[in-house]
Amino acid sequence: MLDQTKQQSTLIDIRGVSRSFPKGSGEDLLVLDKVDLTIRSGEIVGLLGRSGSGKSTLLRIIAGLVAPSSGKATCRGETIEGPPNGVAMVFQSFALFPWLTVLQNVELGLEALGIEAAERRKRAIAAIDLIGLDGFESAFPKELSGGMRQRVGFARALVVHPDLLLMDEPFSALDVLTAETLRTDLVDLWIDGRLPIKSVLMVTHNIEEAVLMCDRVLVFSSNPGRVAAEYKVDLPHPRNRLDPVFRQLVDTLYERMTQRPTKPPTMENMQANVGVGLVLDHVSSNVLSGLIETLAAEPYNGHADLPVLAGQLQLEADEILHLGESLQLLHFAQFKEGDLVLTEAGKRFANLETDARKKLFAEHLVAFVPVMGLIKRVLDERPSHTAPAARFRNELEDYMSEEYADETLKTIVSWGRYAELFAYDEQSETFSLENPGVDEGSA
Amino acid sequence: MTLQDLRIAVLTQAPRPNIWDLVALILAIGAMVLIVYGGEQTTLPLSALETAPVSLDPVHLPVYALRTTLRMLLAIVCSTVFTFIYAAVAAKSRRAEMVLIPLLDILQSVPILGFLTFTVVFFLNLFPGKVLGAELACVFAIFTSQAWNMTFSMYQSMRNVPKDLDEATKSFHLSGWQRFWRLDVPFAMPGLIWNAMMSMSGGWFFVVASEAITVGNTTVTLPGVGSYVATAIEKRDLTAIGYAILTMLLVIIAYDQLLFRPIVAWADKFRFEQTASGDAPTSWMLDLFRRTRALRTLTLPFAALNRTFSNLNIEWPGALRLPAKAGAAPSRVIDGLWFAIVGIATGYAAYKAYIYLSASLQPSDVYDAIRDGLITLLRVIVLIALATLIWVPIGVWIGLRPKLAERVQPLAQFLAAFPANLAFPVFVFIIVRYGLNSNVWLSPLMILGTQWYILFNVIAGASAFPSDLREAASSLHLAGWRWWIKVILPGIFPYYVTGAITASGGSWNASIVAEVASWGDTHLSATGLGAYIAKATEAGDFPRVVLGITIMCILVTLTNRLFWRPLYAFGERRLRLG
Repeated sequence: MLDQTKQQSTLIDIRGVSRSFPKGSGEDLLVLDKVDLTIRSGEIVGLLGRSGSGKSTLLRIIAGLVAPSSGKATCRGETIEGPPNGVAMVFQSFALFPWLTVLQNVELGLEALGIEAAERRKRAIAAIDLIGLDGFESAFPKELSGGMRQRVGFARALVVHPDLLLMDEPFSALDVLTAETLRTDLVDLWIDGRLPIKSVLMVTHNIEEAVLMCDRVLVFSSNPGRVAAEYKVDLPHPRNRLDPVFRQLVDTLYERMTQRPTKPPTMENMQANVGVGLVLDHVSSNVLSGLIETLAAEPYNGHADLPVLAGQLQLEADEILHLGESLQLLHFAQFKEGDLVLTEAGKRFANLETDARKKLFAEHLVAFVPVMGLIKRVLDERPSHTAPAARFRNELEDYMSEEYADETLKTIVSWGRYAELFAYDEQSETFSLENPGVDEGSA
Repeated sequence: MTLQDLRIAVLTQAPRPNIWDLVALILAIGAMVLIVYGGEQTTLPLSALETAPVSLDPVHLPVYALRTTLRMLLAIVCSTVFTFIYAAVAAKSRRAEMVLIPLLDILQSVPILGFLTFTVVFFLNLFPGKVLGAELACVFAIFTSQAWNMTFSMYQSMRNVPKDLDEATKSFHLSGWQRFWRLDVPFAMPGLIWNAMMSMSGGWFFVVASEAITVGNTTVTLPGVGSYVATAIEKRDLTAIGYAILTMLLVIIAYDQLLFRPIVAWADKFRFEQTASGDAPTSWMLDLFRRTRALRTLTLPFAALNRTFSNLNIEWPGALRLPAKAGAAPSRVIDGLWFAIVGIATGYAAYKAYIYLSASLQPSDVYDAIRDGLITLLRVIVLIALATLIWVPIGVWIGLRPKLAERVQPLAQFLAAFPANLAFPVFVFIIVRYGLNSNVWLSPLMILGTQWYILFNVIAGASAFPSDLREAASSLHLAGWRWWIKVILPGIFPYYVTGAITASGGSWNASIVAEVASWGDTHLSATGLGAYIAKATEAGDFPRVVLGITIMCILVTLTNRLFWRPLYAFGERRLRLG
């Protein structure tokens, strides 16, 4: 370990940084709210959070790709304006240039620095060697597997010898085995002190990954993004996933991530706060039914430990939380201390036939999803029993960005169709009460 | 692999020429000699054209073909340079974009042959008494037929650069110039090359049409295949026209094999996809070149030069840089100023145009032009409908037979590139011979060259139709009308619309040369906007040319906006497979 030599100076200092993006209705949507963060030499820091928690935005502020709306972001004491020197980035999607070979991709960053050809070649080949890509120098990215491509992404970032390596969910586009190999390779190089970098900042929504790799994990809460908690991971490398301390930390993080920042997640205040403006993530009703069935069946019997459930279903923490929240919204299940527990309605749902399920689903939609109730009411009241989607879209955009409004509308349509609450015509973008299948069939 | 190893690999590969070097060398030297020879001819005084009129002796045809080809080459180079500059400015500057993109859209629908009237006069005045002026006018005409769609393609690519690559270039500190050559241009390459090919196909038509042109008292006859045909028409020589058609066939084949195939095969690496896909395009010419040793070494300095050039550390001027600061709303004051300047310029142009036109035109002239325009519109509609009825069933039939499609597809593309106006005299000869009604029988000429776009797009659509859907259809016993309407027509619809848009745009352009025709001293004419513009051009009646072009421009833009684009959008939204 190089802790003694590395752990001295402050690389990145973030003070009270906020960032908002313009929203459809003209007001701004706050995605990052007064965040503080310091990154010192010699540490791997993880930003853990759900999608939409602003962690990627924070990473991009540090990378100089996005400017903060307020607050101060400095790199080695200098305010960050545009990509700072000595910071390199690894992308989730690899971001390799398909028309350049592996070697040319790796050399790209050096060319921009104006390093002369021979030196460039030498350093590029050294980086390629280090990351285990020798033999692939003349290959084009499309000839490589995902894991190999991300190795190129690492080599390209390492070759400029950055002080800080930024990683934006670097393993999430890879399959489970490849991701694990790459993680352990990287950790091995890091503890051997062979990486030409001082610190790493990584964004992830994979809880185990964060505990496996990081010295410090910052948990972000969503809407707006804030640092909800910070955990130190003192376990020595290489870490063992089955170590009870490791498991305990993973459980704690799960629990932390299912908590709301200020108030506990009771269903009542959740809806009272947001009303029609609640963003609905699109989750297929099939997936919801499947999850309810799984929860109701052995071995869970209506009560599942989240890491265990995620492991069985091969889902990332982010995804399982996502599904759980939809169930919680519909009062079919509830988060309790890092566990997912079926409600009475949820248990009933699991035992019903298709039509009865649809009916129950419809009742819950109208009762617990305010916008669904609104649409149903409007359709009932209007003599024509039709309403343009634009009417509700406008209302949604008062509360959220256009993208979220689209997503929410998509969810509304899909859930409403499943529950047979209303029909939706995609061509004319109108909701109606008629049952399209019946009408057309008789005509 | 270490640095040492790489060097050795390069060295062992190096000089020792092989037989392919010789072949490639001869080809390269031949090309250079021809270019120099062709270039020398253009600096001659204009009077030389009169002393050495175009001869119908087929011996001269290779030289004529060479000069026609050189004009095409020059035009495509100009178009490319224009594309890079115009698209870059439009994509990088919001304010420029507001003006440049709508302008481009209009320019796309301006009839190119109408343009020629002005440019001939302009360029002849620019180089008085020199062949160069006339040559430039001709090159400019081809340029106007090629540049717009290439520019659009480049602009769209630049606006759709993947976000992660964009962030990567910023994160690795690439300068604006480096980014342009490393990201923007390669990313735009496949679309650009496809559009350049389409432009070239269209270009042959215009090079042939613009080599022999009369504007008022000025008659210019540039040596080339086009003027050869014009002379043949004058002298009623059907054999000479046969020679010209043959020559053109050979030229287009050579152009395709020697220039475009290699470029397409080479540019395959720029296709933006992360997985290796089926068949990569191949080119024997590129293979030949890649097999040579010495010639490849010769290109190394150029490659190095290219690297240095694209690596220059130039930043864009501030105006072209997108604001990096968060929420830094673009300045309202400068926006207002910009709108004011654009508004004043537009107003001034409109005022000038009005003064110019109203001096010599009556309202009745406008009615005439509109009436003629509607007649031509009717022609275009009927012709596209006929071509659809004929080529859609044939295209589907061919496209569903992969072996056949493989052979017919290049032929259809080739026919689309062939300048149909070379074949016009044959038809005119028949019309004159049998005394047919020119209002009816001249019309098919408009679509002679452009119908192939419908055919090859339909073939492409039918070939791409998923076989599982076909199998599902036959297992459901769908046949006859039901099969056409429920299965195949929706399946090929997006392709068909693409082809039909090109065909209809091309027909408007062709109307200027198709609605009037002559055979010796017999002159045929159909009523229509094309004939209106053609006659005004010949008479040097500029106000009427302007009026005709304006009306055509408006009609083309309207049909595109009100008919084709909604259809295209519908096809993309609802009927795109996969």
